[in-house]
Amino acid sequence: MKLDSKIPEGLIEKKWSNHRFQMKLVNPANKRKYSVIVVGTGLAGASAAATLAELGYRVISMCYHESPRRAHSIAAQGGINAPKNYANDGDSIWRLFYDTVKGGDYRAREANVYRLAEVSNNIIDQCVAQGVPFARDYAGYLDNRSFGGAQVSRTFYARGQTGQQLLLGAYSALCRQIDAGTVKFYPRREMLDVVVLDNQARGVIVRNLVTGEVESYVADAVVLATGGYANAFYLSTNAKASNCTAIWRAYKRGAFFGNPCFTQIHPTCIPQGGEYQSKLTLMSESLRNDGRIWVPKMKGDTRRPDEIPESERDYYLERLYPSFGNLVPRDVASRRAKEICDKGFGVGTTGLAVYLDFSDAIRRNSKEWIEEKYGNLFDMYHEITSVDPYKTPMRIYPAVHYTMGGLWVDYNLMSTIPGLYVIGEANFSDHGANRLGASALMQGLADGYFILPYTIGDYLATSKFKPVNTDHSAFLEVHRNISEHVKNLMSVNGKRTAEEFHRSLGKIMWDMVGMGRNKTGLKKAIGMISDLRDEFWKDLKVAGTENDLNNELEKAGRVADFLELGELIARDALHREESCGGHFREEYQTSEGEALRNDGKFAYVAAWEYAGYNKSPKLNKEPLKFEYVKLTQRSYK
Amino acid sequence: MNFTLKIWRQKNKNDKGRFASYEIRDVSPDASFLEMLDILNEGLAKKGEEPVAFDHDCREGICGSCGIVIDGRAHGPGRGIATCELRMRSFRDGATIVAEPWRAKPFPVIKDLVVDRTSFDRIMYAGGYISTKTGGVPDGNAIPIPKPVAEEAMDAAACIGCGACVAACPNSSAMLFVGAKVSQLALLPQGQVERKERALRMVEQMDAEGFGNCSNTFACEAECPKEISVAHIARLNREFIRAKVT
Ligand SMILES: Cc1cc2nc3c(=O)[nH]c(=O)nc-3n(C[C@H](O)[C@H](O)[C@H](O)COP(=O)(O)OP(=O)(O)OC[C@H]3O[C@@H](n4cnc5c(N)ncnc54)[C@H](O)[C@@H]3O)c2cc1C
Ligand code: SF4
Ligand code: FES
Repeated sequence: MKLDSKIPEGLIEKKWSNHRFQMKLVNPANKRKYSVIVVGTGLAGASAAATLAELGYRVISMCYHESPRRAHSIAAQGGINAPKNYANDGDSIWRLFYDTVKGGDYRAREANVYRLAEVSNNIIDQCVAQGVPFARDYAGYLDNRSFGGAQVSRTFYARGQTGQQLLLGAYSALCRQIDAGTVKFYPRREMLDVVVLDNQARGVIVRNLVTGEVESYVADAVVLATGGYANAFYLSTNAKASNCTAIWRAYKRGAFFGNPCFTQIHPTCIPQGGEYQSKLTLMSESLRNDGRIWVPKMKGDTRRPDEIPESERDYYLERLYPSFGNLVPRDVASRRAKEICDKGFGVGTTGLAVYLDFSDAIRRNSKEWIEEKYGNLFDMYHEITSVDPYKTPMRIYPAVHYTMGGLWVDYNLMSTIPGLYVIGEANFSDHGANRLGASALMQGLADGYFILPYTIGDYLATSKFKPVNTDHSAFLEVHRNISEHVKNLMSVNGKRTAEEFHRSLGKIMWDMVGMGRNKTGLKKAIGMISDLRDEFWKDLKVAGTENDLNNELEKAGRVADFLELGELIARDALHREESCGGHFREEYQTSEGEALRNDGKFAYVAAWEYAGYNKSPKLNKEPLKFEYVKLTQRSYK
Repeated sequence: MNFTLKIWRQKNKNDKGRFASYEIRDVSPDASFLEMLDILNEGLAKKGEEPVAFDHDCREGICGSCGIVIDGRAHGPGRGIATCELRMRSFRDGATIVAEPWRAKPFPVIKDLVVDRTSFDRIMYAGGYISTKTGGVPDGNAIPIPKPVAEEAMDAAACIGCGACVAACPNSSAMLFVGAKVSQLALLPQGQVERKERALRMVEQMDAEGFGNCSNTFACEAECPKEISVAHIARLNREFIRAKVT
């Protein structure tokens, strides 16, 4: 199949406005006749569902949470980017576009990134109008902070709870539509498959998590806004339930998977404490604005941090990257932390941690100043580690955080299945091989408020839809498949829980498909994951029954999919014989240890096509053209 | 550390429910309460017994999913934290710990420690928003908002919708939850147009869901993981009266 990215012709500044003009519109009176299912109520899903309903479409919204407001977006801390240039520091749409393409290490589509930068200013206006209480300065105007990978201050924030406030804003817009009867919302529903009929996505099959019933929903188009898959690594900063099932099942129905190996490891997380640990906690990157990262200059130094004099500390990011210092992009900061710990300079009992020190900032400003900016993060750190970060530097270590990869979509955000749209973290677009901080919230809301509502209209206006209901054979068949799948999980009746398999998978992924990847390790990982999958289907134990709320069963289904996706991640990483952004192949690095891209061979999106269970997937390529940002080696020196 | 756990087990909303006892050993003091339950559950699952159902997701005190009454207190001992932020070091080694679901009529038990809080959502549908449409709004800086006002709105907006305030209240009142939202939007210039209608409708829905009245015991504020101030209840009362009389 030939991939058509549908990038509009013309100058980059004009592409989106021309495209909007050229798209077919649905007559306002006719919008009511079309229905759209939106799976997921995070920033992307809630904003899309609310906006589509405002336009007049009939919307079905669902999520596996109890309430839309509990989606994982709620946990985002640091902020959201927009080049408003309120700080008057030379920001512009062009600069945000440039920073994002460069930050993504030249593996994103220029046209998409430009559009993202272009609509991002509207997001801030929209959120303010909804009542999002962004931080303000003493004159009452919106305040900004800086984030990694940028030299301007363009990040809007609401204390350390930006994601919460933005999601509550989108949720309130959704509430308004539910109140108006234009959105029907179904909580505690897990989508387990898409139904494709006459080459169109026409519905979904879901499990009601309370009753265990398998249900079918029909519509004219389906939107997946189901978030990222970082939990393939078991330990990550994502919420416990975040999973890949929705996009993975869509992949198995014909949607291509773009750049699965592009995963982001966040540099500032609380290090793992013990085996029992269920997740890792992120300390927002905004902390790098005022915190300084260092390790002792002496290997295995066991002195307390306050006993180590200034001259015996290595502020290695400031040393290596004088112009960006502690604000280098995430991939660089993470890799350097791992490298310095691998060399034996790490601190803490495991040696897998570096210091993030605020004493200079406290001395320069005051404790109160820090408290106002980062109070809740400091409290959280204190709560978890029982160490007071106002007195003792934080100990941090990188952790899996975000997935740039996801289902492949064209410029209209449609996957390779007509009528199946993918938005937010679930798609692959915009961030290339590395996402800049505060850009995921921006992308989720851009997709949901300002892009998808236009592009989906064009599809609805130009397609023909056969009337169908859930009794159609296509629905009955997928319904049967899913019921069988659930029964299969229940009936293995072995000895190991889904959690144990998940942990084993996570270990393989972190050790061999994590921060440093190489050919031997990746090949080994592929074999090990495939073996683990076989064991899973022989030795899984799911307690309880399928007819009521059963967390074990939910987990088993998700782990089954991670066990397949994990292999695809490793295969993608193996095939990409270059280093770029978060994908670091140890064989391909400069003499200074920086990522070494191979633009001649790999300036493309790898779009994987499902070929059957235990069969090698087929690789399709979408070449990337860079007409506006010159391909150069990233430098943050 | 070792503990005896007395946990509420209830198959579904029609089941009567009962306490069951479990022994758990060698728990790290740094483990969270939910991680301790994970360990318990893994043991139960391996024995083929049904694990204890409980809600959770972010495990960092922001999604509002978790919520267990521990030793009689919503979210357990400690101030300003959700259940998922509670660490085992807060308990005495060898202690017996009692864990129950939120108990309030508008929060029916679904299973074990999981309750249905969709009544909160329905209150939000009844006006917990500002009626803006996507697009066509003024520039974010068009209306300056004094910093103290923005800060106060943010204090109220920090509510995570967990329901601990209701669980802690002898009358199962939802005034803190509703007060926080009404307050946030009443403070901001953008929220003025629908101010009265919002207060009236949200309170009406709160009553329809069967939440009780506030009798000023302030147990809600004491157990609220975000330490939302009861001053917001006072503001809700003012907003409601103002809306009623004008
Ligand atoms: C700790 C943390 C901090 C972060 N901080 C920032 C930050 O400061 N700035 C920034 O820009 N980004 C940040 N990010 C990244 C950002 O939060 C996410 O990328 C973004 O919120 C994802 O939004 P989403 O709408 O795509 O998906 P999510 O918010 O993950 O929502 C997914 C939705 O899909 C539903 N769902 C999933 N699968 C199914 C299924 N099978 N059936 C039914 N429903 C399903 C879920 O219930 C949920 O409603 C952070 C991420 C983490 C982990
Ligand atoms: S007011 Fe506090 S206790 Fe009540 S729902 Fe909000 S965060 Fe929870
Ligand atoms: S699990 Fe999210 S608040 Fe506790």
